[in-house]
Amino acid sequence: MTNQSALIDRRSVLKAGAAAGIAGLLATPEPTWAASEKPIKIGMVDPITSIFAALGHSEIKGAKFAEEEINKKGGIMSRPLQLIVEDSAGSPGTAIDKAKRLVAREKINFLMGTVNSAASLAVSQFANQHNMLFLCTGGHVDALTGTNCQWNTFRTCSTTWMLTAGDFETLFDKFGKSWYFITTDYAFGHAEQADYEKQLKHHGGTMAGSALAPVGTTDFSSYLIEVKAKKPKVLCLLLAGDDQVNCMKQIAQFGIDKEIAVAGALIELEQLQSLPENARYGWWTAEWYWKQPNTPHLDDFVKAYRAKYKGEYPSARSWFGYASTYAIKLAVERAKSLDTMKVVRGMEGLVLPPEVALQPNAPMYRAADHQLMLSMFPGHVVKGAKYPDLFDVSSIIPGEKLALSPAAAGCKMTYPS
Amino acid sequence: MGLLLLFNGFNGLIQGAFYALMALGLALILGLNNTINFAQGAFMALAAYFSFTLTPYVGFWGGLIIAPLLAGALGLAIETTLVRRLYNRKDPIYTLLLTFGLAFIMQDMIRTIWGAQGKPLAIPQFLNQPLSSTYFFLTGYRLFVVGVALAGTAALFAVLRFTRIGIRIRAGNSDLETISALGVNIYLLRSANFVIGIVFAGVAGILAAGQLGLNPNMGDALIMPAFVAIVVGGVGSLVGSLLGGLIIGLASGITTAFYPAASEVVIYIIMGVMLVVRPRGLMGQEGLFE
Amino acid sequence: MSTDLATEAARTAPQARTGVSRRTIGNVVLGIVLLTVPLWLPLVGGYTDLASRVLIYALAAMGLNLLLGFTGGLSFGHAAYFGLGAYGVGLMLKYETHSLFLALAAGTLLGGLAATLLGPIAVRRRGIYFSMITIAIGQMFYFIAIRWNTLTGGYDGLSGFARPKFAGPGHLLPMGPTGMYYLVLAAFAIAALLLWVVLNAPLGHAFVAIRENHKRLTFLGVSTQRYIAISFAISGFIAALAGGLNALLDGFASPNLLNYSMSGDFLIIAVLGGMRNFYGPLAGAVIFVLVRDYVSSVTDNWMSVIGLVFVISVIFFPMGVLGFFNRKSGS
Repeated sequence: MTNQSALIDRRSVLKAGAAAGIAGLLATPEPTWAASEKPIKIGMVDPITSIFAALGHSEIKGAKFAEEEINKKGGIMSRPLQLIVEDSAGSPGTAIDKAKRLVAREKINFLMGTVNSAASLAVSQFANQHNMLFLCTGGHVDALTGTNCQWNTFRTCSTTWMLTAGDFETLFDKFGKSWYFITTDYAFGHAEQADYEKQLKHHGGTMAGSALAPVGTTDFSSYLIEVKAKKPKVLCLLLAGDDQVNCMKQIAQFGIDKEIAVAGALIELEQLQSLPENARYGWWTAEWYWKQPNTPHLDDFVKAYRAKYKGEYPSARSWFGYASTYAIKLAVERAKSLDTMKVVRGMEGLVLPPEVALQPNAPMYRAADHQLMLSMFPGHVVKGAKYPDLFDVSSIIPGEKLALSPAAAGCKMTYPS
Repeated sequence: MGLLLLFNGFNGLIQGAFYALMALGLALILGLNNTINFAQGAFMALAAYFSFTLTPYVGFWGGLIIAPLLAGALGLAIETTLVRRLYNRKDPIYTLLLTFGLAFIMQDMIRTIWGAQGKPLAIPQFLNQPLSSTYFFLTGYRLFVVGVALAGTAALFAVLRFTRIGIRIRAGNSDLETISALGVNIYLLRSANFVIGIVFAGVAGILAAGQLGLNPNMGDALIMPAFVAIVVGGVGSLVGSLLGGLIIGLASGITTAFYPAASEVVIYIIMGVMLVVRPRGLMGQEGLFE
Repeated sequence: MSTDLATEAARTAPQARTGVSRRTIGNVVLGIVLLTVPLWLPLVGGYTDLASRVLIYALAAMGLNLLLGFTGGLSFGHAAYFGLGAYGVGLMLKYETHSLFLALAAGTLLGGLAATLLGPIAVRRRGIYFSMITIAIGQMFYFIAIRWNTLTGGYDGLSGFARPKFAGPGHLLPMGPTGMYYLVLAAFAIAALLLWVVLNAPLGHAFVAIRENHKRLTFLGVSTQRYIAISFAISGFIAALAGGLNALLDGFASPNLLNYSMSGDFLIIAVLGGMRNFYGPLAGAVIFVLVRDYVSSVTDNWMSVIGLVFVISVIFFPMGVLGFFNRKSGS
């Protein structure tokens, strides 16, 4: 383990100054666990810069935490695990570049990562061409384990359908039939809105209107004018990353949250953290939460995680990184091989054990579409909440109760012969 | 529809004042320093982060005053060590690429120091609510921003008109060589001008962070509209920058009412048309920087 | 007066009269090095796709440099033509054809024609205004690509097309990384040859003369705008070709390809290598792409390093790396 920490030390030294980046040119990261044991390499492509950086950092922290734990406990099949992280900068093009680099230069065994949907789809396509297992940590677009499902791609985070199904009925019963959507203009948002619309129609609700906001929108005032004019019962925000933060801040300033119920599918701890107290509100779904009474192993995990990261609490993203790293380890051990097809077979039907699942239910990677059946945590933000206790979980719903069946999701898995 | 259009137009003007405020500093630096300052957005973000750190000690208002000055000090350091070396090169590409690179470094430094996680920058509660529920988009804060934009323009206008340094800056804008021959220290003048431009960026950045999430990439999204405002308003004219900001704010507001998908493209179309039809912009001087 | 210009042009334009043998040897050595890349690159820890990327960026920057370094027009919007080339190729392969060459030709034509049509608008102004118009045009295309979801795939980018096989005489050859590299190299060689011919023709001398003294030429009655527009168009075609190759390399086209920051990358590549040198952009691309590829995997602070590359090259190497060494060996 000493070398492991040496690696981290070098990182933080590098971080100390920009000029030090030059020094980085002279050094090469050289993992040496035991010289005789060749490490098993997981390449992780995730945003370290760009608007998705906060989420990317959490996923990477979770994965590194798992890497350290796994290596402490003897690695994978008594070989060390090495996690190699590359910055996707939130862009699908860069993500492919980095994946290419990891495959060609680092000779990685498995690929994981990507916060955003667009990059996830792109990397999934790339991994398929290169016969490589890709475990998507955080891109929610339905198609990834639906119409575009690939034999080599698995996903740890939920589908957008699961996100919308988690809280739809609560919102519909509690606040009303007429909904207005402000949706981020890319795969994730489109999929979320389509899913909500389907359920809205099914339950006899109405669409008061909708607007697509491009990624990186800073000023939502003109969208909000439209919302006020349409007087919906529910304002459904389907935005990602910082866009959601900007919009929630402006809604609070205009006092709209006091007149119209503001809700949405996904909320991230990272987003709530960057909002001032008066802009923390609304009904959302979390995909994991650090506070769950009576869930075994959870408190130990939170404690150890906080010890490693200066008191920071793990977010759902941290858990994605953590669980994904473990899932690959468990699948390899089940397959007793590093061969892509064998590990794929090992991951199909893999159930995460309680110390990895860290939730009351036992989530499984479904064999037919490779989607993890993780639980959903619908709830609401308590007015005036303070970090870290920002979210009040109303129930924990097992994923298989919410997810569409693989057939309904449109996945027809074909394997290379 | 009529009311909606009115609302969007009105709202667009408010947003335009915001753009104008961001454009003022950029316009100053473009004028006397002959530099398209791509790092302006990064300076905005940096000042906002300074004020976030300072707020617990000096309050929002203290931060609004001190943080831009700190950014200005950094601006002074950068101007005297780097930008100044490039004044003698005729080709504008050098200052442009220099500030482009500086923007990268500054954004990266912000991320390294404060972290990628966005920060909650709160504004005083009395400003943070709508004045009436019909005109809900008129918050105290947004009116304050409009006020600062107008006051800032007026103050700059007065400085340039009535003070010694201002008159020199204006003279320098039209003929740097002559005022240099007349014994004005143009290096000092340009440094002062650069710092004023950065201080304005700082104020705009902090005010923007009151409405937006405070994160390392904040400047990226803000710089382009400011840049467009200058071109539309006319390089070399501060009143022009104000007008330019208002026009693109208005245009983008009205477009949102009719065809939301085009609300970003429209400002670039206006800029393109303006450059073709009237390249010096609404109030710009003919032939400057040609 | 015109003699001065001719001499000046002769001094700066790359041309065969002086140092024939040295230049020929240089070209032959460069050719051998580039042709054997797939053989030696893995030995030094590189991979072939990276070399393809270097050549693609070099090609785009060389195209840009015809306008920037040899005609004196600072375009901050060439990413638009690069990106149009990429989207052109992607759309053709996705919806219309499986022919590599047809798709590449269509992409090049799309970006090139856009430059040909829009150049005349931009060249009506000079200096900073010219740069600003080019940014405005570029950002327009960027936002169109982001918002026109049904055609371009919007922010997600255009995917769902694959690199087709190479239709050789009689049979189809698969296009792996090595095949792709040689395709890029061939395109690079043809474009470089074309640029060389242009620069040594009277047209090229006119470009350089415009760069050196625009006003004088205008007084002499030369329609400088027309020449700059021609330079703009040629450079747009080459940027579009590079963009098309980029789409083939990635199997993907992203709106980021059209963004002004991409234009900034091409500019710094040209400046870093040497704006006044024919092969400057190639040298710049080698340095820029390799540094970015390497640094971004050893430190999270890669943006600072790239920023420093900008700052250092602007402050200390205004004539670029090649210009710096040429001057050293010259003195």
